[in-house]
Amino acid sequence: MTGEIGQLALCLALALSIVQAGTGLWSARSHASLARALAFSSALGFFVFVVLAFAALTYGFVTSDFSILDVAQNSHTLKPLIYKITGVWGNHEGSMLLWVLVLAVYTALIAGWRRGGERLAATALGVMGLLAAAFLLFIILTSDPFLRLDPPPFEGQGLNPLLQDPGLAFHPPMLYLGYVGLSATFAYAAAALITGEADAQWARAARPFMLAAWIALTLGITLGSWWAYYVLGWGGFWFWDPVENAALMPWLVGTALLHSALATERTGAFRSWTLLLSIAGFSLSLIGTFLVRSGVLNSVHAFANDPERGKFILYMLVAAIAGALALFAWRAPKLQSGTAFDIVSRETALLLNNLLLSAAAATVLLGTLYPLFLQAITGARISVGAPYFATFFAPLFVALLILVPFGPRLSWRSADLTAAFRPLAPGLGVAALAGVLAFALMEPRSLAATGAFALAGWVIFASWTQWRARKAATGLFSSLASLLAHAGLGISLMGIAATTAWRGEALNVVAPGQSFHIAGYLLTFKGVENIEGPNYTATRATIDVRSGAQGVATLTPEKRYYPAEGQAISNTAIRTTGISDLYVALGDDRGGGRWVVRALVNPLAPFIWLGGGIMALGGLAGLIGRLGLRLTWQRAAPVPAAKT
Amino acid sequence: MNPRKRRRLVFAVAMVLAGAVGAFAVVTVLNKHVLYFYSPSDLAKEHVPAGVDFRIGGLVQKGSLKHGPGTMVHFVVTDGRATVPVAYVGVLPDLFREGQGVVASGALDGSGIFAASEVLAKHDERYMPPEVVDALKRAGRWKEGGS
Repeated sequence: MTGEIGQLALCLALALSIVQAGTGLWSARSHASLARALAFSSALGFFVFVVLAFAALTYGFVTSDFSILDVAQNSHTLKPLIYKITGVWGNHEGSMLLWVLVLAVYTALIAGWRRGGERLAATALGVMGLLAAAFLLFIILTSDPFLRLDPPPFEGQGLNPLLQDPGLAFHPPMLYLGYVGLSATFAYAAAALITGEADAQWARAARPFMLAAWIALTLGITLGSWWAYYVLGWGGFWFWDPVENAALMPWLVGTALLHSALATERTGAFRSWTLLLSIAGFSLSLIGTFLVRSGVLNSVHAFANDPERGKFILYMLVAAIAGALALFAWRAPKLQSGTAFDIVSRETALLLNNLLLSAAAATVLLGTLYPLFLQAITGARISVGAPYFATFFAPLFVALLILVPFGPRLSWRSADLTAAFRPLAPGLGVAALAGVLAFALMEPRSLAATGAFALAGWVIFASWTQWRARKAATGLFSSLASLLAHAGLGISLMGIAATTAWRGEALNVVAPGQSFHIAGYLLTFKGVENIEGPNYTATRATIDVRSGAQGVATLTPEKRYYPAEGQAISNTAIRTTGISDLYVALGDDRGGGRWVVRALVNPLAPFIWLGGGIMALGGLAGLIGRLGLRLTWQRAAPVPAAKT
Repeated sequence: MNPRKRRRLVFAVAMVLAGAVGAFAVVTVLNKHVLYFYSPSDLAKEHVPAGVDFRIGGLVQKGSLKHGPGTMVHFVVTDGRATVPVAYVGVLPDLFREGQGVVASGALDGSGIFAASEVLAKHDERYMPPEVVDALKRAGRWKEGGS
């Protein structure tokens, strides 16, 4: 029964999204209050039905209703409840439904909030309605999550054990909140172009959505990287895998967008550019969805290898990008240009920021798509190695980080570089100190890490002094946003540099009772035992860790076997001091009780994800700062704005 | 030409130049770091010099996996027509099995053994790396619906 309710809800949601698209776009005309009212109410109805459909599928998963094909293929009665729920989006059909659910959440927020005025908001809903209709059609035609199975099997096939993990359980919803959050920004940009109200208004209206999307993308990428680190068993945190790049590109463009929109709001500069970035950000999200969902890539994310689905997303992608760019080409030349600015000004700093971030995004895009193009043209199968990405990322981010402290110190339109630099001068000392310490204290000597530590010191110090100077003037939350986002970048940089330069590794075949050394630790292999988990069996090794004469920990890396799925995965054991990680993975059985054990010491590894978390907190502070401003503005306004 | 227009022109020319230099640099570096994929049959036909990095894929030949000395492992990758011996130091992926698909990156050493720096196995039971499917198809050893 729930399956039919879900299917019906999806069809009703599709109908409402079409109404929403039509009335929303009609709302762009100056007197269309009926159309606007219809657009708002159909948007809320669309939201309700999508929630209902999603709830129906979740109910099917939680109650293990194997008469639904999707549940039978991706769930199992013995799976812990939490993974029954996260299993809803651990497959192609459910993850597309989650995509639409997130779209519906943003749609409801636009409809309830009506930022930027009713005309702009309703027109943005029109664009959102088009996207929703396209994705719902995609789901209903090619990826119906409610297909029935008759007779229902006695037991489900289970969920890929790699996905049965807390880090990954919330990685997809976060990433989707980010990807789809950019759709709200995109919709506002398109609405601004359609209505011709492409002044600072739309950028101000879309700002909370930009921030929400950026926070979610930052967290999603951080979670994904953390998961790869502790689950894949290699101890790496970033592999330049195409699916990682698919998330990184919208993040880079989203970061550029947050900065350029600041200038657009403040002085009206970069109007066209900000619009273009909004279009590019969401286009890259769609490209990411296409790469990940179409199965053109070899990856843990490639659920489906159905070419029909790939083609459908590709057409949608082309239509959205081409439509938006055509709209831009038609309307943007009519935009007034903003006020002029000097070579030395805040605007120039933001321009450089945008150039560097866009260049970074472009190199990632090229490196990610090049193998697909080459294969399509010559048939040669190639992959682009990590050194390609590193070659470009290092110089671009070095330049970016050198410039970060200057931006906020420069005033709008025209600024004095010497005056801006004076308070930063002690930062050079901090940078030098951080570099010298990194060079002198750590083995092996690494110039790259020395430079990275100097840069991190420079950025963190400058962000700190900047915050102290500005918190009174700009409000606590707004000043915290800049401090946390920039300092978080510095902290991540230290983690990445230290782990790359000073990692210790030991790979050994050990018999029970045998020991080996790694970076001041003595590891003793005690042997393995077999244990039973809720839905797996595991071989668990016990390894005693001593530092000097003191025992510090007992680590138990495992190799798990999931009989329902017929799959094996490793479970690494990590002991972290917060400053450094001791990372142990169990390798192959060499017979006679002997096993391969791989141990790593990753100095400052936790900083990588800590920095990501701090950056996201910065985004959150910015969001709170913005919403706080809006509340005070609303209180001052005579007419109360619509309630959510 | 008024100053505003001139400034725009200078800006546009600078952007085009920067774009051209950037594109040239990107393509140069890209070509340097591209890893080609060869099936064992490709490798038998084409001479790839020792020390050049590339990727290889196919099935792990049954009975070919040998452990030791130490943490070294040896196995043979086959596409049903040709074979390549592979040596690897490290922990094999959890889904590494004899008779299953595998992709490895590395380079040939002087004696024709592929020294792998990284070994990837397919991610789950239902999934086969597309390169491997392609290699098996070209060797005429691919059965639709899996083997």
